[in-house]
Parts: sequence; structure tokens; C-alpha cells
Amino acid sequence: MEWLLEEYATYQSTVAYIGLNGLLALSVYTTLSCGQLALGNAGFAAIGAYAAALLTMNAHAPFAVALLAAAALPALVAVPLGLPVLRLKGIFLAIATIGFGEVVRIGLVNWEYVNGAQGLVAIPQKASVGLIWILLGVALLLLWRLRGSKWGFALEAIRQDEPAARTLGIDTTRYKLAMLMVGAALAGLAGGLEAHFTFMVAPNGFAFTRVVDMLVFAVVGGVAAVWGPILGAAFLTLLPEVLREVSPHLGIEPGPLRLLVNGLILLAVILFLPQGLVSLPRWWQERRGARRPA
Amino acid sequence: MSAPLLEVGALEMAFGGVRAVDGASFAVAAGQVHGLIGPNGAGKTTVINLVSGLLAPTAGAIALEGRPLHGLPPHRIAARGVARTFQSIRLFPDLSARDNVLVGQHLRRRPSLAARLLMLPASRAEERQASARADALLERVGLAGRIHQKARHLSYGEQRRVEIARALASEPHLLLLDEPTAGMNPVEVQEVAALIRQVAADGRSVLLVEHNVRLVMDVCDTITVLNFGRVIADGKPAAVAVDPAVITAYLGAPA
Amino acid sequence: MLQQVINGVFLGSIYALFALGYTLVFGVLDILNLAHAAVFMLASFAALALVGHGVHILAAFPLAVLAAGLIGVLLERVAFRPLRARADSNISGLISSLAMATIFEALALLAWGPNVSRFPFGTIPDTQFRLGGAVISRLQLTIIGVAVALFLALSWLVTRTRLGREVRAVAESPRAARVLGVDVDRVIAWSFLISSALGGAAGVLYSLAFNAIQPDMGRGVELKGLAVIILGGMGSMPGAVVAGFALGLTEVFVVANLGASWRDAVSFAGLFLILLLRPRGLFGAAALREA
Repeated sequence: MEWLLEEYATYQSTVAYIGLNGLLALSVYTTLSCGQLALGNAGFAAIGAYAAALLTMNAHAPFAVALLAAAALPALVAVPLGLPVLRLKGIFLAIATIGFGEVVRIGLVNWEYVNGAQGLVAIPQKASVGLIWILLGVALLLLWRLRGSKWGFALEAIRQDEPAARTLGIDTTRYKLAMLMVGAALAGLAGGLEAHFTFMVAPNGFAFTRVVDMLVFAVVGGVAAVWGPILGAAFLTLLPEVLREVSPHLGIEPGPLRLLVNGLILLAVILFLPQGLVSLPRWWQERRGARRPA
Repeated sequence: MSAPLLEVGALEMAFGGVRAVDGASFAVAAGQVHGLIGPNGAGKTTVINLVSGLLAPTAGAIALEGRPLHGLPPHRIAARGVARTFQSIRLFPDLSARDNVLVGQHLRRRPSLAARLLMLPASRAEERQASARADALLERVGLAGRIHQKARHLSYGEQRRVEIARALASEPHLLLLDEPTAGMNPVEVQEVAALIRQVAADGRSVLLVEHNVRLVMDVCDTITVLNFGRVIADGKPAAVAVDPAVITAYLGAPA
Repeated sequence: MLQQVINGVFLGSIYALFALGYTLVFGVLDILNLAHAAVFMLASFAALALVGHGVHILAAFPLAVLAAGLIGVLLERVAFRPLRARADSNISGLISSLAMATIFEALALLAWGPNVSRFPFGTIPDTQFRLGGAVISRLQLTIIGVAVALFLALSWLVTRTRLGREVRAVAESPRAARVLGVDVDRVIAWSFLISSALGGAAGVLYSLAFNAIQPDMGRGVELKGLAVIILGGMGSMPGAVVAGFALGLTEVFVVANLGASWRDAVSFAGLFLILLLRPRGLFGAAALREA
């Protein structure tokens, strides 16, 4: 029993990070589920993290309020970001969100009130592993319920053929904006939780590579099922731990190795298993000739 | 004679220098089947795209039940009671036949989000009803046995029929059919013809773009003939069939 | 004032070169190559490595540019071609190019480490000339000259050669081009070669100008490149050139008057402003909505 508790303490951080990365993966999944690529979620996470930290540290706000702000503020910011570009081709959203992420990061680096590049430290530790996983569970549940519903079908229709969806009465811009806002809220929530778990936040923790990470989680896990991104997050959070053991033997720095492996895995998945790991059972089934005659 | 359901006036669609539709005017009365025919490239699909809102006209007007339709985005036009099928078939390939039709019901469903998120029984009941309606529509087009098949696994003719079912799911006032029988065998064509007559009998109007001239003569109450984006004839099938301008357009100069 | 114009033109010429690569691929494939900035970076390292092995910079430049072009061909073959047939090729293409960019950056980190590398002393001439009341260095002059030469070469290629005609045909409609007998796969490969060569050239020139090479140097320029193609109009080559110079000049003026920390704000502000007011940019086509 003692041994179990010891093991748990050691791996607590990893378990927490699987949860946080799961939330971040879901934040990218929400827009992917309607066929959009939003690449600014590190920016949303940063807004959530800083807002929550400032509220607990400077305003002595209750943690619940800080978390609420962490989710709500990015969602509100997503509106002026998304509205102009969601009416246009998807590429514009990708570009605008790339720009947005950078703006947030550079803005934070240049903002003296939050110590610029050094960031904030000594944030009270209010987020526990349990809380992270409870909130992740709630998010999962809600997104899962969304899937087979009228709105879930509308999102799926937008993903598969947006113009056809419009002719069926679906206001695609509104749905895409809603998903952008939900994703922003999830990313912000993850940011706020992380800030209160690791006691500190700094702008370089929200660089573009973070967004690529989130994308890898979501794509590798697969967006065909709601728990796919979580699977991807788990797999790719544990992977660096494994790599860290291996890299000295290879004589390679763990950081770049992780980056390389992430990139290779993302490439392999998008080329060969685009629906992600969750689609493995179905893919296997179809390959074994389960096609029924017409 | 009641006011027309759909009125198209001096409609023009120019792409750069090319006028795909060049001053076309016609009307469709309520509960009538109106054919839109013409040689390839005459502008028929462009007209459908204009009425359904995927394109905005460069000039002219479209009115539904007396109120302007042109310039509205497609989802608002759909909300006004217009549904369509596509010449190239645009089903959602990874959704089943039933799910495709369910999406078609989007405008007619008003479930409660709260009920769905909280897994309340009212939500399950609404979904059962929606599925039942979808299945009924699929049965109506003769696809009762294919409800669960993914759209990409259906045959060509079956896909076209699912598209019609999906369009009917929103209970439209005006149904735009763009070559619904292309690639079908004669038996299927007859079934679609019967379906179109039924739909009109329900009180809906149909604007039918078709190359199958026999089908058009059979099923349509009135016909507009387009060539090079312009209306060259308009009237009852029998009259249009012997109109020299129409014959010239299809066959070249008269013998 | 003249000094600022000179600096702006010099900076702008690099931005324009870089953006041309983006816009060329976008015009032909309707896709954004998010690995373009990584190629920009790899070419810089290639030039650095060559110079480190004793190759004169004048030879290292074209070699590095060629290397960049070949990386572009590889990129197309591995990350874009297999996805072309897919329905969601736009998104999956973006994702696979992001994957390649990550791989390239990781390889650069493994090979050269995260810190700034510089050209060996003496690589870059530091003679300066006086022009009116301003100073222009030989390097700046060379960079502007090279950039302009490349613009002219590209322009000649696109308007006067058979390849150029084929590229324009494929950009217009791949299907129609194929029917007319154009080897679309070959044209796309060539487009990537030229695009990446331009990006690589921009990279080498940039690294000579600022003498600071590191694996994440592509990040900052990437955003400016995106701002330039949005401003100029996606797919428009003249647009990329005009907008590139416009951005360079604006940045220099803003820095001179508001301070260095505002430099990046220019491209961001420009980007969002254009998206709000005129998404098609200066010379872009009007088809902005999904069909």
C-alpha cells in the first residue's frame, strides 16, 4: 500500500499533465470536429493562465472565480477573432489564429505588469490532480453528449460538406464560432489549472510548439470519438518520459528528440491513419473485407 | 390564378465576362412541377445555385411568396422553405442514409440542449421521433432496407434518392431538383417521377432541372427552356415541345 | 528619412522574397505550406555549414538555395502529394506541413543546438557607401540586388517560359490543365522547388543581414510572410512583392518613431486589419468563401 502511494506521488505530475493535455487536446478537437483548423489555442491558454493567476494572487479571488474567468475570458476574445474570418475560407482562420497566438505571447513578453519574459511565480497551488481530472471528465461528458445530437450532426455535416450543410439551413458561421469559443474556454481552463498546479507561468510556455503538441494529441488520438484526443494526450505525454530514459543511450538531447518524435508521429498518422488511433478497430474491420454487397 | 410561389425576374449571373444567366425570367406556381431544361451549359444549374443562395446574382431578382430571396445566405433561404439536391450528389459520405436525412431535419427539430446534456428522457424521445421521421422518408423513396448504410457505400441511384429524402426532410415549400435521375435505370426513373408527382400533390412546388425529356414532359405542369442563359420558351409541355426555337436549340437549324 | 527608406527597402526585399514562395505554392495548390519557414531556416544553416567548410559565400549562396529547392521537392513528395486526393486535403495538408516543419526544426536543433550561430568573421563584407545623407552598406546593396534579380527571373519564368505557362494553367484549374496535356505532378514539383528556393534565398540573405542563425528563426519571419501574402492577396505574385516592400518600410518607420518593441506589432496589426477590412488583399482574387 505504501509502495503504491509512493509510486503515485512520483507519477502525480505525469497524471496531472495527461489531464491537462487532455483538456488542451479537446480544445483543438472542438474546431476540428467541424472541419476547422484553429492554431491559436496556446494564446487562449495563456490568457486563461494569466487571468486566473492574477485573480488569485492580486485580487485574492476564490479559486472557482479564477477558473471561471480563465474559461470565460478566452471565449469572449474568440468572438472578435473568429467573426471576421469564419465567413471566409478555412485557411484564413488558420492564419488569423497563428497570428493571434503570437500576438498574445509577444504582448505578454512586453508587459511589465506581469514581469514580461520572466512571468509570474509563487502562484498558490490550488489545482489538484483530482480537480483536473474531474473537470476533464465533465468536459468529455458534455462533448460526448453533443455528438449524436442535432447540433453534433450539424457539426459533422459542416465538416464533411459545408456548402451542402448551409443549404440544409445550418448557420455554419455560428456553429464554427461556437466551437471556437468552446475550444478557447477549454484551453483557458487548462491554462488556469496548469498555472495553479505548477505555481508559475511564463510566456515561453505558450509558444507555437505548444499548439503543435495539442494538434498532435488530437490528431494522433483521432477525432472520430470524443475520447480520441485524451488517448492521444495520454500516449504523447507518456512518450517523452520513455524518451527521456532512452535519449542518453542515443546520445541525443531529450528536448529535440521529443520534438522529432512528435513531428514524425504526426506525419505518420496524417498520412497513414488520418482518423487517428481510435479508428484502428474500424480500419482493421474494413480492411478484413467487411464491406457488404450493395 | 394564385400568386406564384417563386418568381425570377431578369436574373443575371456574370462570371467575369461570361454571362451564365442572362436576363432570365419565369415563375413557379404553388403545388406545381416546373421544368427547367436546355442544352448543356444553358445555365440551369446556375439558376438552381442562385435560387438556393450558393451564388448571389449580379443583377435581377428572386422572390419567394412575394418576399425577396436574392442576396440572402443559403441557410436563411433554406429557413424560408427552399430545399435542393445537387447535380453531382452531395451527401455526407461518412454518415448513414438515416443520418443524412436527420441532418436534413435540422430546421424542423427543436430539441432542448439542456435535456440532451443532462440525458433527460425528453431528449431520447425527441431523437426517436426524429429517427422515425427520417426512416419514414427513406421508406417513401424506397430505401427502407438501406437506412444504416454509409452514404459512400450506396449505389448511385440510391444516393440520389437519399438526397431527395434529405431535401424533403425540411418540409420545404419549394423543392429544387438538379438532374435527380441522372444515371438511373428506367425503373428508378419512373419511381422518381411518381415521387415528384406525390410531392406536388402534397402542395409543394418543384423546380426540376432535367435532361431526360420524356420525364420532363410526363411530370411537369409548365416548362421553361434556357439556352445560353436566356429563356427561349416558356409554357405547357405540349407547346414547348413543338416550339421551333426549342427544336433549333437542341438540334441545330430546322431540317 | 532616406536612411529609413533604404533600410525599409532592404528589409522589404527579403520579406517579399520569402512571401513569394508562400504565394506561389498557394496559387498552384490552394494550400499554405507551413514548412516554408523551416526551409528558410535550413537554407541558412546550409550556407553556414558550407562557409564553415571553406566555401566562399558567393558559391555557398546558390548551393544553399539549390539545397532549399530540393528540400522543397522532398516536402511536396512526402507531405503534400499523398494527400492531394483527399477530400479534406486543405486541413490535412496544413497539418502534414506543420509536421514536416517540426521535424526540420528538430533536426536543426539536434545538429546545431538551440543557440545562435554566426557566420565566421570576414564572410560578410562591411564596406559602406554614402548616398545623399544616408549610409548604405555593400551587403544591403547586394541583398536588394539579388532580390530584385530573383524577382525578375521569376517574372520571366512565369510569363515567358513553357513551365511558367503550365504553372499558371495548373493554378487556374488542375483538371483543365491535365486535359490539355500538362503533367500536373511535374508542374507542382517544380513549383515547390522554385518556392522553396525563393524561401531559402530569403533565409540566406536574412542570415547574412542579421548574422544570427538559430533553429527557431523561422518563427518570426513566418508570421511576417503570412501578413505579406494576406496584404498582397493570396496567390498574387505582384501582391507579394508590393506588400513585402510595404511591410519592410512600415516596420522601419514604426521602429524609428515608436521603438523596437513595436516592430512585430506592425505585421500583426496589418494582418488583422486586412482580414477585417479587405480579406482579399491588394491583388487577390475575390473567391473567399468556400464554394
